[in-house]
Order: sequence, then C-alpha cells, then structure tokens
Amino acid sequence: MSTAVSHRLRRSRPRRIASNTGLAVAVLLLLLPLLWGIGTALKPEADAFDNSLSSFGHATEFSNFVAAWNYGPFGRFLLNGLIVGVAGAAITVTTSLLAGYAFARLHFRGRDKLFFLYVATLVVPQQVLVVPMFFLMRDLGWINSYQALIVPWAFSAFGVFLMRQFFRTIPLELEEAAKVDGASHLWIFLRVMVPMVVPAIGVLGLFTFIAYWNSFLWPLIVIDSRNLATVPLGLQFFLSQQGYQWNLLMAGGTISLIPGVVLAFVLQRYLSRGISLSGLGGR
Amino acid sequence: MSATAVPITTTTAGPRPARRRKRTDARTALFFLLPNGVGFLVFTIAPLIASLVLSLFAWPLIGTTSFVGLQNYITLFSKDMTFRSAILNTVYFVAAYVPLNIIVAMSVALWLQGYGRTRRILRVVFFVPVLTPLVADAVVWSLLFTTRNGLIDSVVHGIFHVQGPEWLSAPQWAMPSIIIVAVWQGFGYNMLLFTAGLHAIPETFYDASQIDGASRWRTFWSITVPLLSPSLFFGIILTVITSFQVFDLAYILTDGGPGTSSTTIVYWLFEKGFNDYAMGYASAIAWVLFLIVIVITGIQMRLQRRWVFYET
Repeated sequence: MSTAVSHRLRRSRPRRIASNTGLAVAVLLLLLPLLWGIGTALKPEADAFDNSLSSFGHATEFSNFVAAWNYGPFGRFLLNGLIVGVAGAAITVTTSLLAGYAFARLHFRGRDKLFFLYVATLVVPQQVLVVPMFFLMRDLGWINSYQALIVPWAFSAFGVFLMRQFFRTIPLELEEAAKVDGASHLWIFLRVMVPMVVPAIGVLGLFTFIAYWNSFLWPLIVIDSRNLATVPLGLQFFLSQQGYQWNLLMAGGTISLIPGVVLAFVLQRYLSRGISLSGLGGR
Repeated sequence: MSATAVPITTTTAGPRPARRRKRTDARTALFFLLPNGVGFLVFTIAPLIASLVLSLFAWPLIGTTSFVGLQNYITLFSKDMTFRSAILNTVYFVAAYVPLNIIVAMSVALWLQGYGRTRRILRVVFFVPVLTPLVADAVVWSLLFTTRNGLIDSVVHGIFHVQGPEWLSAPQWAMPSIIIVAVWQGFGYNMLLFTAGLHAIPETFYDASQIDGASRWRTFWSITVPLLSPSLFFGIILTVITSFQVFDLAYILTDGGPGTSSTTIVYWLFEKGFNDYAMGYASAIAWVLFLIVIVITGIQMRLQRRWVFYET
C-alpha cells in the first residue's frame, strides 16, 4: 500500500521543494501563536507591555508561570476539567453502548420511530436547551456543582447513533452462534459485541472528553466559583482579573493550551491515521 | 385474497416463536434503553419542548411571568436592531468560515496524504488546535492582534509599509479576526476526516486516470472529489451546524463589539438570557437559531443527491 501511495505522490524535484517549503511555512504559522505566547510568558514584568520583537530574550522569568499557576489556581482548573471530562465521557460511552445495541440488534415495537426521534435531535444546537436546563439545574439545587457540568450533556443522541451504526457492521453470525449456545443478550452484549467496537468506544470517548474539556458557554452559565471552574472558565476568570499584563496572561493562556498538545502526542498513533467514521455514512 | 391468507398464517405454528421472541426482546430492550432513554427524555426532549413554551412567555428570572404569544418573535424581527446585526454577523461568519475551513482542511489532507513518518507527525501537529479550548486560543491570539508592534501588525508594516488595521477594535475587522482564529483552531478535525476518506480510495482509480493521461487538476475533480464526497458531505454538514453556534471567540476576543459588529446570535442569546434575565426572549432567539439550522441542513440533505456519490 505504501509503495502505491508514494507512486501516486511522485513529483518533480522543484515541485517537491516548493511543497516542502510551503509545509514548513504552514507548520510555522500554525505554531506561531503558541510560541509567541510562551515567549511573552517568559518576559520579565518590565517588558510585559512591550510587544515588539526586540523585547524578547532580555531575561527569562519562569516565575510568571508559577505566579499564574498559583493565582489561577490552574492546578484546580485542570483537575476540574479532568474530572468533568472523564465522568462525562464514561457516562456517555456506557449509556450509548447499551442503547446503541438495543437499536441495532433487538426487536421491539416502535424501534425505528424512537430511533428517528434520536437522530432528529442531532441538529438541535446546545443553546436551544440552555435556558430550560438552567432552570432545571436551579430547581435541582445543582448550580455550582460538578453534576451540573457533567450530567446534562451525557445522554447525547450522537453517541447512540454512532454506536448503533458500528454495531450494525458486526456480522450476525457471531451472535447467532452464541444464541444457539443459549447465551443471554447481556452476555452476548458484554462478551461478543462490546469487544468488537473498541475503536468506536475510543472515538466516542475522545470526542466527548474534548467537548467537555473545551466547553465554555455552559460552565459560564452554571458555575461562578473558581473552585469548580474548568479550564476555559477558569481562564476567563483569570483574564477578567489580570487585565492586560501580557506576561501573566500568556502564562495562563499557554498553561491552558498545554494539555491539548500533550493529549495529541499521546494519541498520535491513532490520530495520524485519520478519523474513520465507517458505518456513519462518512466512510 | 388477503382475507383468506390472514387466518391461515395465524393458525400455523410459524409466527408464534417469532412473536414470543419479540416479547422477550421488548423486556431486554427496555433494560438496554433505560439508562440513556431517561437521560435523553429529561435532558434533551423535555428542555427542547420547554424552551419552545418559554419562548411564548415574558419570563424574567425573578418576578411574574405572562403569556405573550408570538410577541417575543415579533419584537425580535421588528424592533431588535441588535438581533438583526447578530443574524447578519452570524451568516457572515458561516459563509466565510465553512468554505475556508473545508479548503484548508482539504489542502492539508491532500498535502500530507500517505503513510510516511513525517506526514503522520505533521497531521497530529495540525490537529493540536482542535484539542485546545477556544478561550485559551483567543487569549493567545489577542496578543498577536494588538495594534502598534503586535506581531501581525509588524509583519503587515514590514511587508506593505502601511499601518495595519486596528484588528479587534475596528468594526470591519472584528469579524475577520474571529474567522481567522476559528479556522486556525477548527480545520484539523475535518483534515483528519478527509485523511481517512482519502486513504479509503482504491489505488486503481488513480492508476487508471494516470494511464489516461489526466492532469492532477482533472484527477482531483473527477476522482478524488466524487469518491471523497461522503466524507466531504459529512464534514460540511457538521461544520455548518457548529459554526452557527459561534460564541466563545466573540465573547473573549471582541466582547461582541465594537458596537455590535461581532455580536453573534448565541452571543445575543447569552446577553438577553443571562445578563438581562429575559429567559422567554432568549428562548425565542434560540428557536430562531434552531429553525435556521434545520432549514439549512434540510437544504443540504436535499442537494446531497446532486453531488454526493455513494458506492453501492
């Protein structure tokens, strides 16, 4: 396969040089905001308001990162983000697996109509639900709580849809064989079906986690305590209190970017292949 | 004929086991569906209906509520000038952001097509911004956008010898600035989607077009695009839906301004609902957004038949 691809991509020399130069420029453009932010974060306070190129490199102050970290407190924000993201992803994956299996493999009255209802809600923007959801949180006494951050978005139709599509690609023969042996649905589900969709679990888990991690509007609505803030909200608190002292602000900003960079490189083996949504119609 | 056929089938033993299986399935199905179903009902279906009902009320957070019928919607479209600019700004964002996102994502996916080590690592690098919160991106980019010796200004001055615009505080540049950051952050997702799609295209198609002496441009339009069209379609649909919800960047980078030049629909919804506490009014804004998304998605579904090519 790889020789075939390189054959497809064979180019003349000048063309290859142009292409590589273009790529280098693109990578630089992509990373520049991050590098510039880190550079500014390392400036001493005297240079913090000067933004010109010549203002870099006079001295490096790692203490800015320490100050921002402690003031945030960014350790807390990162921990909150982790708790909320992992819990949200876990609930989403578990309930989506169960419901996806029912829609893919079980026979019951009204199944297709119910599934259509699920699919129809895929186009509902989160913002349509936000106002009544706020009232619901208030009445449950959940304002300023982890539950408010986690629970409302953990039952998405998207997960059910994704899992159902993946379950449908599994050959029927596999469960027929288990059925002949007298296995129950739960046994088939746990021992035959779930192991077959591990890649889908990974995709859904990752994307749910990212959605929780990056979410801003909803935390902004239900959380006003710094102890419960996730990273985006915590950074917004930090921003409104630090004003425009660039070095501290950039220290906070880059601290908030780093977990994403780390996550990308941890998952690089999976990400580099691309996101295949086979069975989703997206191929 | 069917009148005679029906009694016969019911008396045979055939359908009975099937019926019994169906009944046991129903109980099992309930067990499997319940955890998600309850959450779906409470946290999706109920709020969806509630928000439609709320939109027909004048509903302050504290104080008396009153039924006003379609008054919220009438006010939105006849008196609320900010809402009018919010719609225009959002449409502007979507119209610029979606094509830019798709073009950049497609270009990079094509550029990095293949399995070499460098290409694989670069794909991950280009995906990194997707994993970062927009709020953090906005903070870091706001530094680049600062006027007078900000990075972007310095480059503009160095190359064109003109003073750059006041990016975030000039009405005509606030939206373009937001679009730049949004594309930077968002294209990586579609890039990985297209990458997987490109790798699924059988090599034989390319060989055939090479034998026919087709140019790269021709090959791209006659082979790559049609065979990638399911991925393209999926990417476009999702990108359009999410881009109508633009909020974070407008909130952090420009605060909806200057004036109302970067106030988006969701920004206005948030202002009305969670600053003015006009919950009914905010719900009406939400439903207008919802209807726009439904109509645009519906149109795309319909147009799909014209250009999306499914292998059967």
